[in-house]
Amino acid sequence: MLKQYPTLRYVLQKGFWYFLTFIVAIAINFALPRLGENNPVDIVMGKAAQGLSPEEAMQKKETLLKAFGMAELDDQGKVIYDTIPEVDANGKAVLDENSKQKMVPQPRLSSGISQFFVYVKNVFHGDFGLSYSQYPKPVIEIIKESLPWTLLIQAPTIILGWIFGNLLGAFAAYKRGIFDKVFFPVAMFLNGIPYFVFGMLLVALFSVTLGWFPAMNAYGMDVIPGFNWAFFKSVGYFYVLPFFSCFPILLSGQATGMRSMAIYELGTDYMKYAKWLGLREGKIISYVFRNAMLPQLTGLAQSLGAMVGGALITEMIFSYPGLGMAMLTAIQQNDYATIQGCTLMISTCVLLANFLVDILIAVFDPRVKAGLQMGGK
Amino acid sequence: MIKLLKNLMKSPMFVVGIAIFILSLLIAIFGPVFYNVDINARDIVAGPYAPSSSEHLLGTDHLGRDYVSLLIAGLRSSLYVGLIAGIIATTIGVFIGLFGGFRGGWIDEVLNMGTNLFIVIPQFVILVLISSAVKEGRSLTLIGLIIGLTSWSWSARSVRAQASSLRSRDHIALAKMNGDGNLKILIKHVLPYLLSYVFMVFIMQVSSGILSEASISMIGLGPLDSTSLGIILNQAKDNGALSDSIWIAFLPATLVITLTVFALYLINTSMEGVFNPRLRK
Repeated sequence: MLKQYPTLRYVLQKGFWYFLTFIVAIAINFALPRLGENNPVDIVMGKAAQGLSPEEAMQKKETLLKAFGMAELDDQGKVIYDTIPEVDANGKAVLDENSKQKMVPQPRLSSGISQFFVYVKNVFHGDFGLSYSQYPKPVIEIIKESLPWTLLIQAPTIILGWIFGNLLGAFAAYKRGIFDKVFFPVAMFLNGIPYFVFGMLLVALFSVTLGWFPAMNAYGMDVIPGFNWAFFKSVGYFYVLPFFSCFPILLSGQATGMRSMAIYELGTDYMKYAKWLGLREGKIISYVFRNAMLPQLTGLAQSLGAMVGGALITEMIFSYPGLGMAMLTAIQQNDYATIQGCTLMISTCVLLANFLVDILIAVFDPRVKAGLQMGGK
Repeated sequence: MIKLLKNLMKSPMFVVGIAIFILSLLIAIFGPVFYNVDINARDIVAGPYAPSSSEHLLGTDHLGRDYVSLLIAGLRSSLYVGLIAGIIATTIGVFIGLFGGFRGGWIDEVLNMGTNLFIVIPQFVILVLISSAVKEGRSLTLIGLIIGLTSWSWSARSVRAQASSLRSRDHIALAKMNGDGNLKILIKHVLPYLLSYVFMVFIMQVSSGILSEASISMIGLGPLDSTSLGIILNQAKDNGALSDSIWIAFLPATLVITLTVFALYLINTSMEGVFNPRLRK
């Protein structure tokens, strides 16, 4: 099937694979929090039940259990209750006035598998539950507010860092000499700095000491967010430090990778031949670049996760209102639903970005077009 | 082996890297012997963020604790986490990569798919989910364990690539004809070729472990039982060291993290240069 369209076939195979991975990511997102005996409803109840009578609290719990898909329902869609002996905090049975065991109604929980299916269904409907610290705000609202800021930081830094890093790396490999001797150790050094550490240094130097750029938030207090010039200018001004706390490090990482790749390429026989032929420098570099670029694209796909993670922490340094910051706030307030929503959103974005890179590879790799590289990963 | 070491010692990068790393190890292990100040003691006289003095070489932190002793303890924890994570991740990665790459077939397919899953799903996400789930029990060792268990994927991938290229070599075929079992072939004929490679993988895993710990501590999900470099930075940030430009409260810690990781990078790159002669000029 699709034999005559190898590229399309490749892309479809990849797409299917990423869809499976997405399901696994949802499963991880669903299962891991439940390891720590965190019943999401109990956590939310701690907050939501404040000042409610026992009946109201029970009502609330029923609603929440239904919302989380955790309750076993009967044919009429009502929660089934079991009567169980009540136990106190020490696990001892509570006795009633007649010193008989006291029985209390308890909603019957559905099995883990069916809870998972409800969770998947909700996720595909964009329902990530309700935030617990900003109860009853839906988590999806929090994500909608913060995702654009995260994309604004991450997409340009990753794309520009990749492009300029590769150009510089190829250039250093070709030139060697003094440029390489200075550039390479600096790039190596930057490579080892976590984004957030570099961000802290930038804040301390350019914001606190020199006072050139603001250190906090994404735009000034004096502008109204919206489609106006003052707002864009403010956003641009506040963008400088967060951008430069990620960009140089990303660039260095790509550049050191490209440098060794290009040195390897330059040592190959076809390169020697090209030099003996007396081809122009630019021409030679372009050959090297093209051949070394594919492994670099694959490398990009592999390191996207780490890059995104690092940049999310940078947001926290600058109190930049993106997903990282939303997650930090949620962590500080034990807001599990929001943490989970953010992590799932991050995984989704990374998966999508990976898929995009794979499509790029399919476009640039002549082997895919020739139908030589089939499926898998 | 000795020849290899001699070759490595010729590389200035390697010498610098190994020197910094050994120095940081020595400080982490023997530091408290020479600089013995209790990290929990709050100096009320000197107060918070005291400048450097003969009593506190680098001053005090926001609680009036001695900064140098905090740094030593932090370095020790960070290296500890890095080593635990590195050992676990390398072991899993080498095992899966070697086994899959050498065996091939459907086992390889399955293992490779699992590896790719963990490459694509961000480690950061899994770290956040687990560490926020285990609230009270978050010890330094546990953090190291979690990092190790979540970061093996790219080691597995690169070891697999190496192992599967070895599979078709002549000496392996000879060993097979000789009737050697798979395990024996792996240990006697495959692993020796990969040892240097495995060591490089290990070094990178340690450095990524140190960075992961710093990141997770930075967002307040770090170990609860010890001070690490990430925790020092997190506390400095939360207590206004950045906005009040108290450089000394975060600059030394950032330098220590960066230098340690840089040293590991240097070792790795110089080894790559020695094992891959084309990179040498």
